[in-house]
Amino acid sequence: MHTTTEFVIAGFGGQGVLLTGQVLAYAALEAGKHVTWIPSYGPEMRGGTANCTVVISTEPIGAPLVRNPAVVIALNQPSFDKYEPIVRVGGVLAVNASLTTRAPVRTDIRVLAPHATEMAERAGSPKVAGIVLLGAAVAATGVLELGDIELALDKHLPAKHRDLLPVNIAALWAGAVLVAEPEI
Amino acid sequence: MPTELIKGNTAIAEAALRAGLDAYFGYPITPQTELLEHLARRMPELGRVFLQAESEIGAIHMVYGAACAGARTMTSSSSPGVSLMAEGLSYIAASDVPMVLVDVMRGGPGLGNIAPAQMDYFQIVKGGGHGGYHPIVLAPATVQEAIDLTYAAFDLAEHYRTIVVILTDGCLAQMMEPAELPPMRERGSPISKAWALSGAKGRERRVFTSVHMSPEEGEAFVNKCARQWDVITANERRCVSEQIDDAEWLLVGFGTAGRVAQSAMRAARAAGLKVGVWRPISLSPYPTPELKALAPQLRGCLVVEMNTGQMVEDVRLAFDGRVPVSFFGRSGGVVPLPEEVLEAVHRMIETAKEVVC
Amino acid sequence: MLMADAPEVHLVFDRPESLTDVDTHYCPGCSHGIAHRLVAEVIDELEIRERTIGVAPVGCAVFAYNYFNVDFAEAAHGRAPAMATGLKRVHPEAVVFTYQGDGDLASIGIAEALHAAARGEHLTTIFINNAIYGMTGGQMAPTSLPGQRTTSSPCGRDVETMGMPLRMSELLATLPGVAYSVRRSLHNPKNILQAKKAIKRAFEIQIEERGFSFVELLSTCPTNWGLTPSESMTWVEQRLIPFYPLGDYKVI
Repeated sequence: MHTTTEFVIAGFGGQGVLLTGQVLAYAALEAGKHVTWIPSYGPEMRGGTANCTVVISTEPIGAPLVRNPAVVIALNQPSFDKYEPIVRVGGVLAVNASLTTRAPVRTDIRVLAPHATEMAERAGSPKVAGIVLLGAAVAATGVLELGDIELALDKHLPAKHRDLLPVNIAALWAGAVLVAEPEI
Repeated sequence: MPTELIKGNTAIAEAALRAGLDAYFGYPITPQTELLEHLARRMPELGRVFLQAESEIGAIHMVYGAACAGARTMTSSSSPGVSLMAEGLSYIAASDVPMVLVDVMRGGPGLGNIAPAQMDYFQIVKGGGHGGYHPIVLAPATVQEAIDLTYAAFDLAEHYRTIVVILTDGCLAQMMEPAELPPMRERGSPISKAWALSGAKGRERRVFTSVHMSPEEGEAFVNKCARQWDVITANERRCVSEQIDDAEWLLVGFGTAGRVAQSAMRAARAAGLKVGVWRPISLSPYPTPELKALAPQLRGCLVVEMNTGQMVEDVRLAFDGRVPVSFFGRSGGVVPLPEEVLEAVHRMIETAKEVVC
Repeated sequence: MLMADAPEVHLVFDRPESLTDVDTHYCPGCSHGIAHRLVAEVIDELEIRERTIGVAPVGCAVFAYNYFNVDFAEAAHGRAPAMATGLKRVHPEAVVFTYQGDGDLASIGIAEALHAAARGEHLTTIFINNAIYGMTGGQMAPTSLPGQRTTSSPCGRDVETMGMPLRMSELLATLPGVAYSVRRSLHNPKNILQAKKAIKRAFEIQIEERGFSFVELLSTCPTNWGLTPSESMTWVEQRLIPFYPLGDYKVI
């Protein structure tokens, strides 16, 4: 039986939304999965909200966009408000509690709401809050091994951010551990 | 196994370059700009011609000149830019010179928007410029297919001395997918360029013109083109299908809409419905015989497009009334979702039941 | 014997090799024929016939490709400089020229002309300015004179509503990419000889890769001016030249 998991990653331009999605897509590639990455493009890139959709599947991917994604990573309040209602029942919503002001209302999805900015700072840079949430979301779904994401970061982190590789990996695990802890 | 994630625009540009592209002329327009930017960097590195023209009009006529000079040449644009190129496309078609055009469609009409759409099917497949010529039109649905079709497009264009259009949309152009690029070709066309302009050194002069002053001469030229089109139609139809063997219901879509139809088909199968999907790759020539052959097994067909119903006319022509054809479209830059296509499949089946009762 | 006293026979006038041996379709008294011959003589003298590619316009010279014995392409209306750019960029060793009228170059094709010039394309443009649309039957051109009667300005060109004519040689001379921009006339033998010198210099500048070269030739259109051929030559001298002064606007 084939499985397909759709991720939407959304936030302000400059929060690393597109790059976080690419890291996820490269990790899927490392894991030998089929994958599509598609950004929102155009005027909204100029300082407004940005989002991208990543579909990971064990079979060739049809539609690159879906109505109800399995996973949403929301990096700011507008994305939280926009995407919380459309997460698929039983899906995962990872939201940065550091930058949002209300509690989630959905009870039919798994909500992960860490203070990702503070966690990212502890990992070494507030810029990697998206990776904290990515670690949490991937750990919650089990769609990929965290090792695949480490490999993707190692191979595809842009040269100018190369010095942040250990920080990214620390952030990734900080997010993942958060998910695992309640189940211990 | 692919080891790279490649963006559609970049993939098409690099595939063209590796197919031996000699000269590119273009003008920036979203959502195809990365294609131009990739070639702006790569072509000069390889000592080849890249030129940002003053307009799409300038670009297409530079392509016309380069094509007459025997070069492997292309341009790329998006809907409003392609409208400006219509004049040059007609002249190129009338001069029997080869070229490749990449049209990354966006929402229209007018300036429209930069979101993905398929609103220019009629424009490209049925016309483009004036004069009733036929280009070969290929519509990829994945980044890998975009690479493969672009790589093949130059040989096709030169073999038939015709225009080949890669017709895609902002969705595929902006998407990244795992894909493999083909090897770099040796430059120099495998097909003889004994017709090209280069200066009449030691030979009779050559002339390219699209003027046929006498009606009889004009008719002879048009008839020659029509005979050539018959050959292309016989040889160059391409389509793919999935889950077709026991299908009673058929989903049809091209490019991105074809992928959405594929997802809807899987959901329909999971619900126990005998749904198959058929996707034309060559929109011109249209794979009419291949589609027609499916008619006996079908109870209904749903065409999915990112417009308000264009290719659906060709599907109806192919079935010639033998299969009920319904339509689902989103337009203006809205990409259809598999869930809403599945809902349309259910409506199609319900409607068919009502007709039977 | 008479034969012994006969003078030696010299061929003093012949068709240039770069012209084909066919009749042209031009009207009696039209100076396209003179311009064609000058270009062909220059191509012969520079010995570049076998590496020259011409680009014809839309307008009266649409069939120029029938008259020049060189490789030729016929462009869409106004697009000759773009097409020539494509040809030249693929074949940098070729000598590429466009031959364009005033409607083609200064109206519908002004963007292509200005940008080819601005890029400093190594092209030569021969610009035939007779201040009227010939092929379509005498409509106003971008170079028609103030007050000039044409079929689309029957009361004369009213510059209040139709604007002033464009002086292309002066305009192009302002562009850094242009190496040579001059205006000559074809109304009498002295001016014709000067025109030929300019055409030759323009082709040489292309061969030397110094930039875009441009020769404007003031020409006649007896048919659409409603004048006899000889009256047309006078009209060039008395009406066109005062508005379009002959001269070198840029010579690098």
